[in-house]
Order: sequence, then C-alpha cells, then structure tokens
Amino acid sequence: MSVERFANQVGPWMRGTGPQSDIVISSRVRLARNVAEFPFMMRCNDIDRANLEASVSRRLREIPLLGECEYFNVSSLKPVDRQYLVERQLISRELADNSGARGVFVDRDESFSVMINEEDHLRLQVMRSGLDFEAAWDQINALDDAIDEKICYAFHPQYGYLTACPTNVGTGMRVSVMLHLPALVLTKQIEKVFRSLQKINLAVRGLYGEGSQAMGDFYQISNQLTLGKSEYELLKQVGDVVPVIISYERKARQFLLDGSREDLQRQVLKAYATLQRSGQISSEETMHLLSKVRLGINLELIQAIDIPTINRLFVHTQPAHLQKLRGSEMDTAQRNKARANYLHSQLEQPSGDSPLS
Amino acid sequence: MKCQRCDKQAAFHITDLTGEEVSSVHLCPACAKVYLEPQQAKTVETSSLISMLSKQLKVGQTAEQLAALDQKVCPICGISFFEFRKQGRLGCPHDYTFFTEELEPLIVNIHGVTTHKGKTPTHRSISSESQTQLIQLRRQMNEAVEKEDYEQASQIRDLIRKLESGESL
Repeated sequence: MSVERFANQVGPWMRGTGPQSDIVISSRVRLARNVAEFPFMMRCNDIDRANLEASVSRRLREIPLLGECEYFNVSSLKPVDRQYLVERQLISRELADNSGARGVFVDRDESFSVMINEEDHLRLQVMRSGLDFEAAWDQINALDDAIDEKICYAFHPQYGYLTACPTNVGTGMRVSVMLHLPALVLTKQIEKVFRSLQKINLAVRGLYGEGSQAMGDFYQISNQLTLGKSEYELLKQVGDVVPVIISYERKARQFLLDGSREDLQRQVLKAYATLQRSGQISSEETMHLLSKVRLGINLELIQAIDIPTINRLFVHTQPAHLQKLRGSEMDTAQRNKARANYLHSQLEQPSGDSPLS
Repeated sequence: MKCQRCDKQAAFHITDLTGEEVSSVHLCPACAKVYLEPQQAKTVETSSLISMLSKQLKVGQTAEQLAALDQKVCPICGISFFEFRKQGRLGCPHDYTFFTEELEPLIVNIHGVTTHKGKTPTHRSISSESQTQLIQLRRQMNEAVEKEDYEQASQIRDLIRKLESGESL
C-alpha cells in the first residue's frame, strides 16, 4: 500500500475544526509500551527486531480496529515516503530514521497510529482536531486494552509500564496540545509563558523541531512527568493550562488590534501577496507567512482565504508533500520553485477580487 | 595486525559494502562493537538525562566506585551500566530491578516520586519474574532454532505461551 492514499485528505490535526480551533490546532495522547518477551530496542539485534515486528504486527492485525488500518513496513519505504508520514505527524522522526525492521499501523482517517520498533516496542498515538482530550483518551485507552489482550506488556508493580528511557516510565503517557500562538510571539510574551509552564512541569516544543524556535508559531505543550500521576491527572494537568494560554493569546490579539489594526492588516496582506507572487520560497518562510495570514483570517483582516485551505497549505508545502505532488524527487532549489508555483496555483484569485472583500 | 582506532590487537576484519564502494576495517573487539552498533540519534531529552545521571553519580562516589559500577552488567540483556549511562536507554525490563539502586535516585530526579499511579494491564498481568523468564526463554528458543533443534524450540515455545497466559513455571 502506498502513502499516496492520504494525498486527498488532511489529518485531524490540520482540519481546523473542533472547540477553540482558531488557537488549538490539535490534541494528542501518546502511550509508550513494551512487549515483555523481548529486550528493549537497544539490546535487540536485527533478528530480534525482525521477529518483534513480525510477531507484534501479526497479533495486532487480529484487532478489528487495527485490521482495518493501513500497515506500512517503514524499512522498505523510500526516504521521501517516510518523510511524508513524518510531515503528516503519523510517524515520529525517530521511527523514520531508525534502521532495521519497523512498521506503523495508520488509521484510514489518520486519527491514530501505532508504531512498532520506535524507541519503545510500541508507541500508540491518537489525534483529535481542536481541544478534545477526552475523546482522544477514550480511544487510546480502548486501543491499549485491545492490544493488552493480545500482547503481554512489560509492567512492574511499583514502576508501572516499563520503558526504554526512564523519562517515560509509569503511565508511558504524553498528553500534548498544539497551539497556534502568533500574537504572543508578535508581542514578545511567548518566552514568559514558556518559563511559567516549565515551572509547573510542562514541556514546550516548537512544531517540527526542538527548543523554542517554532515554525509557523505552532507550539506543542505536553506533560513532562509520566510517573506518580494517573492518566486522568495528566490529562487534567495539560487540559487545565490550555484555557489560560488561550486567554493570553486572545488578549495579545486584542492588544494588536487596538494598538495597530492598520499596521497588522498591512502585514497580513503583504504576507498573502508574497505567498501568491514569489518566484521561489523556502519552507521556513512559507510557514512564517502562512502563520501571519492565519492570524489575519481569525481576526477578520483578510477574507480571500479560509482556515481549512491555509491549514492544508501548511502541510502540502512541506518538502516530501511537494515532491509527492510533483511525482519526482527535487533538491532544495527545485523545491523552492515548486513551492512558489504551488502556492500561486492555490492562492490565485478571480480577477478584480480584492483579498479584502 | 593492529586495530585502526586504538593500538590493541585487531580481532575483527570487517568488509563494508555500502553502496558501490567496498572498504575494509580492522578493529579490536571494543572498537568493533562501537563501529557495528547503529548510530543512535540523541535527542535533547536524552542528553539532559545523561547529564543528570552523571551529576548524580559524581555525588558521593569515588572514581573507583564509579568504574566498578560501570562494569555492572545485567544478566538478562547484557547491558552494562556504562552503556546505559552513555546512551540514556535501558536494555530490558529487568534493568529496572537489577539497577534499582542506581535508578531510583534518577527516577526521583526526573519524576519526583517512584511509584506508579494509574492504569495497570487488565488482561494479561504476569509477575516481573515471569517477564524476565520470557526474555530468557525467547533467546533459548532462537538458539535452538539456529541449531536446528526444532523439537526443543517448540517445547520452549510452549513454555513461553504458558507464561504469557499467566501461569508460572
């Protein structure tokens, strides 16, 4: 099965629907699990890895929900196809870059995936559009129970679910929410927000990268600790802080509107025009400009484009997506031209129609 | 012949067939191990874990004690404490029991507590001891298959299934 089957759809995290979806892009819950009868990945040789992948994928296929999924043998995928799945957030960078036997079950609707032979034997993840932890947890909990019926998990009565890295031990759970925070970035308050989050044991990461430099002003907030708190407490820990950050972002947006509405609108329209008319454009700049336009749409400063379209562009202008769209491999310079052409074709407006009206 | 990376006697003569190029290297056992192990991408998280661990170990331990600790090897997966310290990843579930003295302070450092609260496996709960036996049995089974002793392999397979269904041996 080829990864192209996803080409005509967008994953839930970029659908732009659900509660508070102007700021909350998606909610995600991840569980790390290991199979009791195998050593952790570090001590698995090639034969162990192959046995592990074969035996786990066979047993997981018996679960109806997973039997209906696409299964990708990641080791036999071309690098561009692996990158494609990374850009859609269906697999981690680690799974894409690892060596040896490994695979992933992907839900046809892209709302969940199960990775085999990542840092841990199993990594389950469920994604929902907007702020919706409850639904994400219900689904991943049911999926975990179904797998538990087929596989004997490595579990310790005191430490809980055992993981290759002690930072994940216990629940093995990472609850994360992806937020679009352009106004907090523009008003230079983002670092302050991060520091206060770190004080309450929440980690902040930029999308597609480590550290605080986020592409397109997308930030992922997640629990730092996995041991000593129940799954519900972890969901609540992250869930409770989201409305607070949303209110900060809304205040910052209002502040920008009150102080310099015209200036902000000029920036938004300029970003839109640059996206429309560039001869070549990098992935970073595209993300940066799309973020401005996205803010503009939410503040009703621009009407020429809607949120679902802009969300789709965030994904489709990524390197592997562009190459799949073109059907050929391209180097960076070629991609920058192809990206500009693609944006031009997607943002072309009927003549005489101003982006303002 | 001497090892190309240090001055010890080379015991491994490795021919590398990557792409169209053929290259050969001559290494001592220790360097060969490093050479053959796949490069692990270290994340920020891992490197902070490693530095946390090294800080913790320097407190109240002499160099000799540290060196002795580094030599400690898990009987199940064969990972040494040194390897864990360098890579930030454990080798098998038994490490949590075998290295518990060294791990507990680290776990407290990371999580603040050492006791799990929350979900437990509902369908297939088996003891830690049985889980350790599973890894050993699986290895013995693979060895039996390699020796083409299929009768023994299938006997071991039955034992594995027995353990997995919650019975003890």
